[in-house]
Amino acid sequence: MRQGGLRAVITALALGAMAVPAHAATIQIVMENLVITPAEATAKVGDTLELVNRDVFAHTATAKNGDFDVMMPPNKTVTYVLKKASTVDYYCRFHPNMKATLKIEP
Amino acid sequence: MFIRLGAAIAAMALASGAAFAQGAKLTDPQIAHIAYTAGNIDIAAAKQAQSKATSKDVKAFADDMVRDHEAVNKQALDLVKKLNVTPEDNDTSKALSKQAADKLAELGRLSGAAYDKAYVANEVAYHKTVNGALEKQLIPSSSNAELKSLLQTGLKIFQGHEQHAEHVAASLK
Repeated sequence: MRQGGLRAVITALALGAMAVPAHAATIQIVMENLVITPAEATAKVGDTLELVNRDVFAHTATAKNGDFDVMMPPNKTVTYVLKKASTVDYYCRFHPNMKATLKIEP
Repeated sequence: MFIRLGAAIAAMALASGAAFAQGAKLTDPQIAHIAYTAGNIDIAAAKQAQSKATSKDVKAFADDMVRDHEAVNKQALDLVKKLNVTPEDNDTSKALSKQAADKLAELGRLSGAAYDKAYVANEVAYHKTVNGALEKQLIPSSSNAELKSLLQTGLKIFQGHEQHAEHVAASLK
């Protein structure tokens, strides 16, 4: 019974993995010591942003144009799938001196 | 009456910069004490705002201040413990605390939108003063590399707070 359940989960995971388009990439953005690295990055719609907060302070990745606003709890990594193509200036709402640019291609 | 109030405001404006206007060389235990005191002052102001503020943005800003300054002060406490340094009370810390107590009492007499505006305006001014002191006095005077690095992180955080406070202030107009 338990084994059957596990197998079902593994099958579901395998199917799920196959459903991800081959070109989708993961782009890592790190916030550490109140600095966003890299300051400029390029991605495609469908790519996943891996937002790493290495500070003991909460940050956000907030697009100036309103396209996204992701909370980044202290010492946590969160992910966000890019939905819209555009060149986005984003910043941290709590510390607006933290700024970077993300170019999202279609 | 109005002249008296004006004189009082002028005196306070002069006093707000005065806490840091000493020429004496500060030691690391004194610098640690000043930085910790400066953080606690902002936490006390934010806690007052959490109970008094009416604007949603001002309340959220106060939450951010409590969270960040408590996190910085925890790091400061961990560091002095690690370095086996006992923070040392000093004239700058005393002057800061005295001014802050007066300001807290003054803000305590306001309410509603007037309070929100005055709190946020003071946050802009206070962070500006502390950032100036960090840049010109506390960071250059500190000798321990880890203390200096923590103060530099603090400066970036507080510069962020200053900008955040300016945004909130602009949204209240």
